[in-house]
Amino acid sequence: MPANLLEARSLTMNFGGLTAVVNLSFQILKGELVGLIGPNGAGKTTVFNMLTGVYAPSEGSVYLENELVSSLKPHTITQKGIARTFQNIRLFNDLSVLDNVRIAFHSRSSFPIFDAVFLTPRFFKKEKAIYDNAMELLGIFGLADKKDEKAKNLSYGQMRRLEIARALATNPKLLLLDEPAAGMNPQETEELTELITEIREKFDLTILLIEHDMSLVMKLCERIMVLDYGILIANGTPDEVRANRRVIEAYLGGDV
Amino acid sequence: MTNNPNKKNLDGYVTLIAVVVLVLLNVVLLAGKMPTYYTGILRFMGINIILAVSLNLINGITGQFSLGHAGFMAVGAYVSALVSIHLGWPLVFALLAGAVAASLLGILIGLPTLRLRGDYLAIATLGLGEIIRVVILNLDITKGARGLGGIPRTTTVYLVELFAIITILFTVNLMRSTHGRALLSIREDEIAAEAMGINTTFYKVFAFSAGAFFAGIAGGLFAHSMGYIAPANFEFMRSIEILVMVVLGGLGSITGSVIATVVLTILPEALRGFAQYRMVLYSAMLIAIMLFRPSGLMGTRELDVRQVLGIFKTGGEKDAS
Amino acid sequence: MGILLQQIVNGIALGSIYALIALGYTMVYGIIRLINFAHGEIYMIGAFVGYFALTAFGLPFWVSLLLAMVIPALLGVLIERVAYRPLRSSPSITVLITAIGVSLLLQNLAMLWFSPDPKTFPQIFTRAPFNIGGVRITFPQVIVLATSVLLMIGLNFMVQKTKIGKAMRAVSQDKEAAKLMGIDTDRIISFTFAIGSALAGAAGVMVGIIYPRIQPLMGTMPGLKAFVAAVFGGIGSIPGAMLGGVIMGLTESLVTAYISSTWRDAIAFSLLIIILLVKPAGILGKSTREKV
Repeated sequence: MPANLLEARSLTMNFGGLTAVVNLSFQILKGELVGLIGPNGAGKTTVFNMLTGVYAPSEGSVYLENELVSSLKPHTITQKGIARTFQNIRLFNDLSVLDNVRIAFHSRSSFPIFDAVFLTPRFFKKEKAIYDNAMELLGIFGLADKKDEKAKNLSYGQMRRLEIARALATNPKLLLLDEPAAGMNPQETEELTELITEIREKFDLTILLIEHDMSLVMKLCERIMVLDYGILIANGTPDEVRANRRVIEAYLGGDV
Repeated sequence: MTNNPNKKNLDGYVTLIAVVVLVLLNVVLLAGKMPTYYTGILRFMGINIILAVSLNLINGITGQFSLGHAGFMAVGAYVSALVSIHLGWPLVFALLAGAVAASLLGILIGLPTLRLRGDYLAIATLGLGEIIRVVILNLDITKGARGLGGIPRTTTVYLVELFAIITILFTVNLMRSTHGRALLSIREDEIAAEAMGINTTFYKVFAFSAGAFFAGIAGGLFAHSMGYIAPANFEFMRSIEILVMVVLGGLGSITGSVIATVVLTILPEALRGFAQYRMVLYSAMLIAIMLFRPSGLMGTRELDVRQVLGIFKTGGEKDAS
Repeated sequence: MGILLQQIVNGIALGSIYALIALGYTMVYGIIRLINFAHGEIYMIGAFVGYFALTAFGLPFWVSLLLAMVIPALLGVLIERVAYRPLRSSPSITVLITAIGVSLLLQNLAMLWFSPDPKTFPQIFTRAPFNIGGVRITFPQVIVLATSVLLMIGLNFMVQKTKIGKAMRAVSQDKEAAKLMGIDTDRIISFTFAIGSALAGAAGVMVGIIYPRIQPLMGTMPGLKAFVAAVFGGIGSIPGAMLGGVIMGLTESLVTAYISSTWRDAIAFSLLIIILLVKPAGILGKSTREKV
């Protein structure tokens, strides 16, 4: 039986009077590809924000490989192995595609500031390594020829791909994708599906993804969790979820 | 050889540094034969370059809007002056003492305030600069509003240019490394930077303290150049003058800061007859830049001599920032 | 005890002037998220308009006060049109730098036009104090307090009850939604600048009545302090600005009386930094969170 990678215990998030997520518990096993779905405003992105430390949960805790991470700062959580993309794309717009990825290599390829200021041999060696690794990653994502382009000048699909490449550069164990196919045309979505499968193998990843494109979710995910008004209403295989009464109610909004 | 990305990377700014060093060296050589009036302007220009480049590190590169640079300059000026007067330390050590004091203060007050963002940070740093000035105004050892005299006038053009070169080299080398990119990522999107594993608090405090360090050096050079300093030298307006240089040159562009500083130091001297219009011109220019060219003269780009001279084809290599 | 009461009276009078200026900051910030650095200079212009109306033109006080509100109001609208409106979609720092530029431009133009030397504001009211239980209250203080209170009541009425006031609140809540509801946001923003500037202009005359020395740089410090007052009260909140202004005035007059006047400026800024760190939304403000 595969080991437990991530465990969320009784996560609750209050914003003033509004409770966005209520007593949410789940586990993700090593190597799984899990989908997190739910109607708009169900609290999906809030879950991501809690897992990555952007928000400190009002209650509950998050464990990565049995280590408590929910009290850590976002950059430490990233260094421990959770990386993410953003629903509303947050690239470093005025920096080059290459620099976007190089920045994400920072935490695992850094060297003392002294070496940078005095241009020591270590500076050149380390910077070369960062450059080579970044270019390799850009190659996988078909962005190598765009390396000098500013991130804001990329097409929408390219931006989404760059965000995933950037997240991978942090060497994550768990990759969180927040609506990776949003705004993509069917062909781009198809390519994205293949890409996710490919990087999952290549980088030995565990993936949790939020997505509205049901065809992508049903095709890709081995397990799906459904959130409605901050409550986990279903957790199972695509077929189980598809047949679940409460899920259908949540999506159709009826009082069946 | 040219396939090595870092060598290529390096070419771009080796030429930049070469030009800066060359210009400054010429200045230094000429300075020996110059009347004091001109060497005075040159000293002032060099001090302004240190101030502008160090403020650019905070404002332009890291994107943390600080309006308190004159405060750090004041700390450097007073500490180095007092150390010279009372302890008789040699100039370079006095300068370092002032810079370290400014830098420590930068960390001390930077840590809590750096939680603030954007215009709130701007106002808080403005307040800090004013608090520093009021404290100096009220202390006995600084002689309050009367000002502190009797500072040995040991600052030379050579020393000013040396420190200007050190400041530029420090900043440029830093910017071309993973640490510089970490600073840039904070400017671009702090939340994304954190999510990519960048310790944004560390880098913000680092930028703040490094900027304060060099502002402290500039303050020390200023004090030992004038021989007399008073709190009025370090008012809010001084911070604004430095800011105008950085903004005119382009937030984030080191060469931009240097060019703008040279222009803005010479221009008022050339327009001496119109002294009372100087500040009107300054402020009108600030508004005009923001309205018509908010990215300044250089944007975030650096001046590359090869592009200027057109001798070598740069082959579309755009190595911005 | 007598001294304390006396300082409280002085502090409230000074505080009501800060409150008038702070209202302009808070309304403008509430509507376009801009720290209008030039606001302190509008207040200075108000003082000079009042001065010239009273001396050069020999107009009666209430007419001069009205002029000292109308001309700054027009100036405020003009500044917004020329300097801020083209930058509506620019980064906040760009607009902030522009505002600093406008502030410096007004200061330096005022120095050219009015000369940097201080002028004495005419003494139109008797300075003979009333004595109430050992506390000296001067007639100018009464005028200042009464005028400020009247203006603030008027403002509150306008914002709460009138159509344009409701539109202002709508725009400050959500500019895009207000636009969709058919509100001419540009006009509302101009109007906000006009009202804020008129109040600052009135504050200029008020300060001339109590502290009759006016000069072109007089706006910088009170401007910054009024901003601190607005942040203290909760920026964007109109009652907050009033409260913040009075607290600022009281603190200053108590610090001046019991500690030293040279520390006064440092206290105002320390207050700012503390409030920003402890409760950045201010006493009466609402906290917001960046959407990720």
